[in-house]
Amino acid sequence: MAEPLLPVPLLPVPLLSVRGLTVRYGSVTALHGIDLDVDAGELVALVGPNGAGKSSTLAAVSGLVRPAAGTVTVAGEVVSGLAPERVVRHGVALVPEGRNIFTALTVAENLALGATIRRDAAGVAADLDRQLDRFPILRDRYGQQAGLLSGGEQQQLAIARALMSRPRLLLLDEPSLGLAPRLVDLVFETVAQLRREGLTIVLVEQNATRAVELADRTSVLRTGRIVRSGTADELGGGAAMAAEYLGEAGVTP
Amino acid sequence: MTTLVQALVNALNLGGLYALYALGVAMVFGILRLVNFAHSSLIMAGGYTLVFTASLPLVVRLALTVAVCVALAMVLELVAFRGVRSAAPETMLVTSFAVSMLLSSLAESLFGALPRSTDVDPVFRESWTFGQIYLPKINAVTVVVVVVLIGGLGLFLTRTPAGLRMRAAAEDFATARLLGVAANRVISLAFAISGVLAAAAAVLLLGANGSVTPTFGFNAVLFGLIAAVVGGLSSLRGAVAGGFVLGAASQLLQEALPVGLAPFRDALLFAAVFCLLVVRPQGLIRSGQGVRV
Ligand SMILES: Nc1ncnc2c1ncn2[C@@H]1O[C@H](COP(=O)(O)OP(=O)(O)OP(=O)(O)O)[C@@H](O)[C@H]1O
Ligand SMILES: [Mg+2]
Repeated sequence: MAEPLLPVPLLPVPLLSVRGLTVRYGSVTALHGIDLDVDAGELVALVGPNGAGKSSTLAAVSGLVRPAAGTVTVAGEVVSGLAPERVVRHGVALVPEGRNIFTALTVAENLALGATIRRDAAGVAADLDRQLDRFPILRDRYGQQAGLLSGGEQQQLAIARALMSRPRLLLLDEPSLGLAPRLVDLVFETVAQLRREGLTIVLVEQNATRAVELADRTSVLRTGRIVRSGTADELGGGAAMAAEYLGEAGVTP
Repeated sequence: MTTLVQALVNALNLGGLYALYALGVAMVFGILRLVNFAHSSLIMAGGYTLVFTASLPLVVRLALTVAVCVALAMVLELVAFRGVRSAAPETMLVTSFAVSMLLSSLAESLFGALPRSTDVDPVFRESWTFGQIYLPKINAVTVVVVVVLIGGLGLFLTRTPAGLRMRAAAEDFATARLLGVAANRVISLAFAISGVLAAAAAVLLLGANGSVTPTFGFNAVLFGLIAAVVGGLSSLRGAVAGGFVLGAASQLLQEALPVGLAPFRDALLFAAVFCLLVVRPQGLIRSGQGVRV
């Protein structure tokens, strides 16, 4: 578990580079040309109030929505405009808001689908073991229908499923949403652990204080624009930043 | 007793056919949320293939029928449906209507409006008699074909990686794509499977009727769609269950109705379907209970 998921290559360019990204839904413009760079091995938090465009950013990066303008490159290769099933082959995995577990399938089948893009059966088996060690509850529930899992268990399954593709970039959309405090802790510990393993992560969080303090850097989105970026210190500390930019809702008491 | 057994035999036969039609419709609906009226065109194409290959050995004719239905299904997906896939559901529905009308007029201009007949196999006209019970051999063939196809499809969906990808795509297409499931391939495969089901329907229908017209398959798809809706449109198990329920109900009405009312059989049947859907709009089997696909 200590070994990195992927040897992080020394890249002359950021692992993720977003330029002028614009997303429109009909007449609604959700993102107004944002720029964002994430270096290999970095954990970047993306925070902002409801409707700021956080999910839209992740959707555009992962190919779920086609940007109206702008480019997304992953390790120097342009992925904007590609279908999601092609973007995942560039090493991008998204854990969507609301988890999107296949409730009619078993835990085992959900995990197997996470490895859709892989051809190395032995490597897949080893990774499966690794993820079941990481989330022991999934081992207990392995043969069960995923729809019967609790919210926290589904979140663990969603993260494990995303990791089964061996991503180099993991996009997490509000992984702690709706979870009991104990499970919120588990999610944040998991994110910290994945970061230590060398994975590059973009973390979208409602729980801004904790996200900002965990992240190397944070970008604050508001009505489709990035209004501030920096480390927790540069932003004046997690709680202060959350209070300033998100109002009371973003502050963990 | 004998009339009961006879009714059961007939109900099983009709139910199997309806299940076959319903599965063809539900297969594509499950993935694409498209009610594919053009499924009737596939059955029609299969029928004409059997007519024009009458001089060949049966095995070759069957293979050609399957090949034509599968190829046409995949071509229709590529040419007619791929472009409108992201459009509103009504657009796809209208497209599927247009395609079935277009192909039926094309068949009429090429092959004429009159029925073209062929003998699929002499066996199809023979029957067994056990005392009072009359069992046409085609009924046995129908039941066997339906059971083998449903069983094979079930095994494919539950035991193979491609089947798993199809079930995932049927539950949540966007998430399946995020994980790397190729949309075009899954949709193409769903159409190909519906092509195999249409080929089987063409053989069994033609074996029973002996002739094909440009509108061959319209009724089949109508009943298949109703059966699928009765069963719960997005569940394959529902489609099969709906097929058998509709077939059995139809047969029951046939037996029970006084002669004077017989012409109203379908009207009564559809009235019953209407009442069922008022009570259970989701159909007999609801999806999201772990039974979807
Ligand atoms: N599919 C869609 N169709 C139309 N408008 C959309 C769609 N998805 C998002 N929007 C709009 O785009 C804007 C940004 O939404 P987005 O979901 O990206 O925000 P968010 O920051 O993730 O918010 P939240 O914290 O509520 O998840 C909002 O105004 C939202 O209403
Ligand atoms: Mg969101």
